[in-house]
Amino acid sequence: MTLTPVTVRRAIARMTSGLDGPLLAIVLALTGIGLATLYSASYDTPARFHAQLLNFAVAFAALWVAAQVPPQTLARFALPAYLLGLALLVAVALFGDVVNGARRWLHLGFLRVQPSEMMKIAVPLMLAWYFHRYEAALRLRDFALAGLLLALPVALIARQPDLGTALLVFAVGFYVIFFAGIGWKVLATLAALALASVAPLWGLLHDYQRKRILTLLDPTQDPLGAGYHIIQSTIAVGSGGIAGKGWLHGTQAHLEFIPERHTDFIFAVFSEEFGLIGNCVLLLLYALLIGRGLMIAANAATYFSRLLAASLTLMYFTYAFVNMGMVAGILPVVGVPLPFVSYGGTSLATLFIGVGLLMSVNRHRKLVQT
Amino acid sequence: MHLAELKDYERELYNFHLRMVIAAVVALLAFGALLARFVYLQVLQHDYYQTKAEDNRISIVPIAPNRGLIVDRNGIVLAGNDSGYTLEIAPDKTPDLERTIDQLSKLVEIQPKDRSRFERLLAETRSADSLPIRTRLSDAEVARVAANRYRFPGVEIKARLFRDYPLGETASHVLGYTGRITERDQERLEALGVSANYRGTDVIGKSGIEASYQEDLHGNAGFEQVEIDAAGRAIRTLTRTAAHPGDDVALTIDTGLQQVAEAAFGDRRGALVALEPATGAVLALVSQPGFDPNLFVDGIDPQSWDALNNSPDHPLNNRAIAGLYPPGSTLKPYLALAALELGKRTPKSSIVDPGYFMFGGRRFRDDRPGGHGVVNLYKSLVESCDTYYYMLSNDLGIDAIAQFLAPFGFGSRTGIDLDGEASGVLPSPEWKAKRFRSPEQKKWYPGETISVGIGQGYNAYTPIQLALALATLANGGVMYRPRLVDHIDNTRTGERRYEEPQLVRRIPLHEANVAFIKHAMEGVNRDPEGTGARAFAGAQYTSAGKTGTAQVISIKQNEKYEEKNVAERLRDHSLYVVFAPVESPKIALAVVVENGGFGARAAAPIARAVLDYYLLGKAPARKGVKEDDSSQAGD
Repeated sequence: MTLTPVTVRRAIARMTSGLDGPLLAIVLALTGIGLATLYSASYDTPARFHAQLLNFAVAFAALWVAAQVPPQTLARFALPAYLLGLALLVAVALFGDVVNGARRWLHLGFLRVQPSEMMKIAVPLMLAWYFHRYEAALRLRDFALAGLLLALPVALIARQPDLGTALLVFAVGFYVIFFAGIGWKVLATLAALALASVAPLWGLLHDYQRKRILTLLDPTQDPLGAGYHIIQSTIAVGSGGIAGKGWLHGTQAHLEFIPERHTDFIFAVFSEEFGLIGNCVLLLLYALLIGRGLMIAANAATYFSRLLAASLTLMYFTYAFVNMGMVAGILPVVGVPLPFVSYGGTSLATLFIGVGLLMSVNRHRKLVQT
Repeated sequence: MHLAELKDYERELYNFHLRMVIAAVVALLAFGALLARFVYLQVLQHDYYQTKAEDNRISIVPIAPNRGLIVDRNGIVLAGNDSGYTLEIAPDKTPDLERTIDQLSKLVEIQPKDRSRFERLLAETRSADSLPIRTRLSDAEVARVAANRYRFPGVEIKARLFRDYPLGETASHVLGYTGRITERDQERLEALGVSANYRGTDVIGKSGIEASYQEDLHGNAGFEQVEIDAAGRAIRTLTRTAAHPGDDVALTIDTGLQQVAEAAFGDRRGALVALEPATGAVLALVSQPGFDPNLFVDGIDPQSWDALNNSPDHPLNNRAIAGLYPPGSTLKPYLALAALELGKRTPKSSIVDPGYFMFGGRRFRDDRPGGHGVVNLYKSLVESCDTYYYMLSNDLGIDAIAQFLAPFGFGSRTGIDLDGEASGVLPSPEWKAKRFRSPEQKKWYPGETISVGIGQGYNAYTPIQLALALATLANGGVMYRPRLVDHIDNTRTGERRYEEPQLVRRIPLHEANVAFIKHAMEGVNRDPEGTGARAFAGAQYTSAGKTGTAQVISIKQNEKYEEKNVAERLRDHSLYVVFAPVESPKIALAVVVENGGFGARAAAPIARAVLDYYLLGKAPARKGVKEDDSSQAGD
């Protein structure tokens, strides 16, 4: 094959045929913002920025692969992926490495993985496939079983403990069940039960988790301990003002007042430097991402792909809302990264694979408009 | 496709879309809530958080001012500043103090006394600060510690200014000393409302001029606005307000005179105060033994402290202003003056001295067994005849004596600019009634008046009171408050502030009477029978003096005081007061030599050495003025 303009164009067309233009644009914009903010946050550790560039390249490749796989093939992977993930979670509980008091990582000889991350994809796949199989007549029993399928990994992840990931996995699974059409009455009953179980659950939480929730109610009670994160990030956001202090000029970030400024609290860095205007742009991009995702879900060809697309889309919403809400001091501090912005290879890969799946669903949408 | 199935599918799709709309609305509401929160934080509360962020990043670091110098009247530096390195440990940042000090001792010499001083500082000082474990490191030691610094968190080498007293013990009681600010000092500074100005300062004046002129010497702290990171590390300086160094204090002390006087004491204990009668300026103020104020500069080690504090010689006591001594016969000139002023005696009238005075069935013995024969007022002073004054005080009465002596400053603080001055005791019936409890003791007995008349009994005065009274007499009754500071130089503006002589009072006295007393006191040093004649033999200036011997133990009526039988500490104190030249007095001084015996023997030669130096510029040949052993002429 010779390299003529036509063959090159064809090759590019073939390469990009699976990619959705609007979604790609939104994700690239978010990633750009993320890299710029990370560059500012890693003024003293430039290696992080370079590592994230590599993470981005890997994640983008994963996105491309995921976008090429048709939903039918994905459905076939659902059960094996779920079982593998569950097995790995059990393995983590038994042999995992302890980092910062939590057992989250598993050594697989050449690399360390965080099995809980893959559950963010495996759980919606599994549940969507499960509901798809029993699509004809869904009964309460089916929802109950789905609930069990969800509860197992969530419980294992929460035990690590990794409340943030557990929350996200629970959220994405719940969205599948919700869109599968669980009855409103059942939902209301479950909500009531959940409220009633708050008190007993409180007893199961770790001390630091309780402290985080209590600290949210009154951060000033422990200004140098648990309240420090919230106080300093709120100061960063508030002092950013309307226009922000300018890129690379955030004092809170650059004088190390913001803890975990590369990862969970990177939004504080962004918000301090770009102000309310930057926040609005970010909110808008996330809103567009969610809008585009829901549009893809609405037009999805099958029950399976519809559920998958809708739940993944709302998972991005959950990510963004919980993270920004936490940094802005209206939600408790749970370890949820800001999607496409926070530093972290595994997390970025998961997010991009999710977007790839959305693109796959979009590519195989109903060809005939009704 | 079946119609029913299709219908089901339609309804299901409708349901799905409905739920998607609900989800979208929820998401929008959630984002709306975030937006509201952002507006609240970044627009409505922006100023508040802006301030918070600034507070976070800006720290105020105090800059300690350099302490002012203390110089003498000729500009000789008595207290200066010396730069040097200290090895300091911040207890809060050091995990294991004992181990750290052990390991440091392998790099620099750390003696047990350094350790105990450190522990003492640790107990005295408010925490958070770094405390010196070693001061004045050598360059080699600095290099060794610097190379190993990474091993010692919380250990720092600091370049600092040390208070330095180049002349050591010279004028130690005038200068006093500085020491580290203790918790008690801190509380005092806070009470005074000046603690902010002391935020970078480690040392404070503890006694002497260092304490009484602390405010002038200290200066004003400067401040640096420093950008800090979350760990408190300084990143860069934003603004800087320089510290204003403390003012230089110039004393009235003449260092040469001071050194001559101190040397004249030799190993003897005692005090000397020399005043300029016309101004109240203190020319020399000696309290022996002295101490080396350099020991206190960075916190005295407990061993040296115990040695100073427990010494039977009490070197830290300032005898010149706080030591109380019976004046002995040095009080006689004032009683003689009282006799003239109150018309109880005339220069011409005489008494016959049999060697004792009988009063109330008690025999008051004269110092000379056979008596002085016929004694007039002149002779009573020159030969220091006790019997004359037994009679005189009986004639004057205690009330008149007390009333006449009080304006000369006897029994009240002179107001010299040093802390810790004692007021002494001018005996009177009122004083006795206040001082004692039982009615028996409160009563004044006429016999007590007789003892007061020769400077014994309850009389107890400080050497500075004796010097001030004499200066006032030399000045014809005009009293100036004694003061140690001549002027204060503001090193910043170059402005010089003179401390003006402060007139205390003018005692109304008849010139002729004063002249007569001076004439008689001149005779003490000049006439062959004068008690000070031997000490002042061959003096090239006129001087008016009076010897005194103060009993430490009382001698029973028929006992004879035998010096060799009395333990050294119980021997009489030797006193001498003198001013010179008689015509226009330039210097008036009082000398007390503890347990020195006769006034003429120990104290007068010291006075002679001081006057020779001050009036003639003659330095004595060697340290320690020889006692005049042959001088047995009583007093």
